[in-house]
Amino acid sequence: MTDNKGFQDNDKEEKMTTSHATPASLSSVASARTMSQPGTTLLGTGLETRGVHAWFGKKHVLSDISLDFAAGTVTALIGPSGCGKSTFIRTLNRMHEFIPTAAMAGEVLLDGKDVYAPGTDVTKIRLRVGMVFQKPNPFPSMTIGQNVLSGLKLAQIKKSNTDELLESCLTRAGLWNEVKDRLGEHGGALSGGQQQRLCIARSLAVEPQVLLMDEPCSALDPGSTFRIEETIAELAKSMTIVIVTHNMQQAARVSDYTAFFLSDGGPGEMIEAAPTSKIFSSPQDKRTEDYVTGRFG
Amino acid sequence: MSVELSERPAPPAPREITTQPRRSDQIFRIVVTIGGMASLVILGLIALFLSIKGLHILTEEKLGFITGSAWEVITDDTGSIAESKFGIGAMLVGTFLSAMIAILVGVPISVLSALYLTFYANGKVKKFLISVIDLMAAFPSLLFGFWGFFVFMSSAEYWAKLINKYLGFIPFFDVPTPIFERSPFIAGLVLAIMIIPIVTSISREIFDQTPLDRIQAAYALGATRLAMIKAVVIPFGRGGIIGGAMLGLGRAMGETVAVYTVLNVVYQINWQILFGAGGNVASLILLKFGEAGPAEVDALMAAGLVLFILTLLVNAVADLLINRFGGKGR
Repeated sequence: MTDNKGFQDNDKEEKMTTSHATPASLSSVASARTMSQPGTTLLGTGLETRGVHAWFGKKHVLSDISLDFAAGTVTALIGPSGCGKSTFIRTLNRMHEFIPTAAMAGEVLLDGKDVYAPGTDVTKIRLRVGMVFQKPNPFPSMTIGQNVLSGLKLAQIKKSNTDELLESCLTRAGLWNEVKDRLGEHGGALSGGQQQRLCIARSLAVEPQVLLMDEPCSALDPGSTFRIEETIAELAKSMTIVIVTHNMQQAARVSDYTAFFLSDGGPGEMIEAAPTSKIFSSPQDKRTEDYVTGRFG
Repeated sequence: MSVELSERPAPPAPREITTQPRRSDQIFRIVVTIGGMASLVILGLIALFLSIKGLHILTEEKLGFITGSAWEVITDDTGSIAESKFGIGAMLVGTFLSAMIAILVGVPISVLSALYLTFYANGKVKKFLISVIDLMAAFPSLLFGFWGFFVFMSSAEYWAKLINKYLGFIPFFDVPTPIFERSPFIAGLVLAIMIIPIVTSISREIFDQTPLDRIQAAYALGATRLAMIKAVVIPFGRGGIIGGAMLGLGRAMGETVAVYTVLNVVYQINWQILFGAGGNVASLILLKFGEAGPAEVDALMAAGLVLFILTLLVNAVADLLINRFGGKGR
């Protein structure tokens, strides 16, 4: 089963190699292949990108990113500020297009289907690819319980047993014990770390298969960060996680795979993607090595 | 342990913290204070003037000034007043009815247009529409009145007849005699159009300030635009919408010329909105001011005083509503 998937991916990558002949894309395709190696539990084809570029107005901010996110794995995107990793993660659930001048090229495949294909209902994509933002953003007009279930209301999903769902989402987000007696309070009453876990619980309620996390801990203290990392480890058992982080220790702690992004003043590029242990112990590219050993960034 | 506690020296009294502002800052402070107080002083002076002129009419007529509806001045042969009766009850009812219709019709249109401008209209259309709406705010009210009288009235009359025909069993929509011209209904509709610009621009400004992270949170959960607006924008903007509606209400209640052209001033309390009788306080003042003798002018000032107090009350209620319901979504 796993091998089969691997072959399918290889097929696609062969095509990619022919269509994108630049060295950068070759290296990323090569690393993408490494990422589909067996050894992880595959729960589905997961998420793949093919030659993704992004622009804001005329500014080319992201160049030719081809990367696979195997189902059930955690992939960390690292790199200095301005290297396009946040832009990249936002192309994955089509949040990129909210910036008025934003444009993109390439394909983002979810279970083999291009999420940018004409006629796609973008709200359905975002139900399957959830997102947690840098700054905790619970809805202040709603209670803790309502916040968790807000996705159902927003996407007009009917669920019969919401109490059970509420408890399971909060439990998976590692927040249940802290809030079970105060579900009727407003979300704003929680601490920053709790709010972020509330936001994670909220994104779980619509049962996404992929969860994107855009620097989820950058506004949090070490204790809360630790709790979130525990939560990530727990969630990775049942879903694909892509996390953008500025914190290399965090990338090393939570992720199975790491992709290093870098911009040399031009558009951001993916320098290297490999299993996390490899990125941190024996990176292929000198620039990756310099970054992960703290020589710049 | 307790001994130690009692021996611990008492903490010092808190120091007074002061700063010596620079001369330039002091002067600017005075200038700004004058600016800030100016509106309060002007408003106070107007209230004072209205009170001096009108209070004696209020004390003479007592509650009858508000509940009564007769407005009569009978002069004898020498031109001095023999008998007078002042009551603005009918005008207050007319003010209330036309302003309410204006709010009920104008606010939903304004909120929809603000939502369109903020979340749907793109670049050029948006810019153009915003300038049109701003222009509408600056448009002289007399022209609204003319348009209401010459153009709008005939179609509004037709709608009034339709409403009366099918909903006439409701007392509000009944008419004693089939006169549909210049009714509170038509005045209310003209006022609705007049309050659209202010309510729209206030709502639009508040919608514009909706925190982006909340909007994105909703979209990231698979929300449609409508669901996002319902869950995020409306709770956030509720206070602003109420505030805008109250400003619109203030304008609708105080509007003079436009109402004067499209609403019959009749000294009789009329709750039937489709019936061509009413008048509002401001248009009564406009109607009577030109030919009024001194005593009647005082009575008109008293009417003005009542309108003034009414406006203050509306604003106080608005603040209350905003504090009560507006803060929740913030």
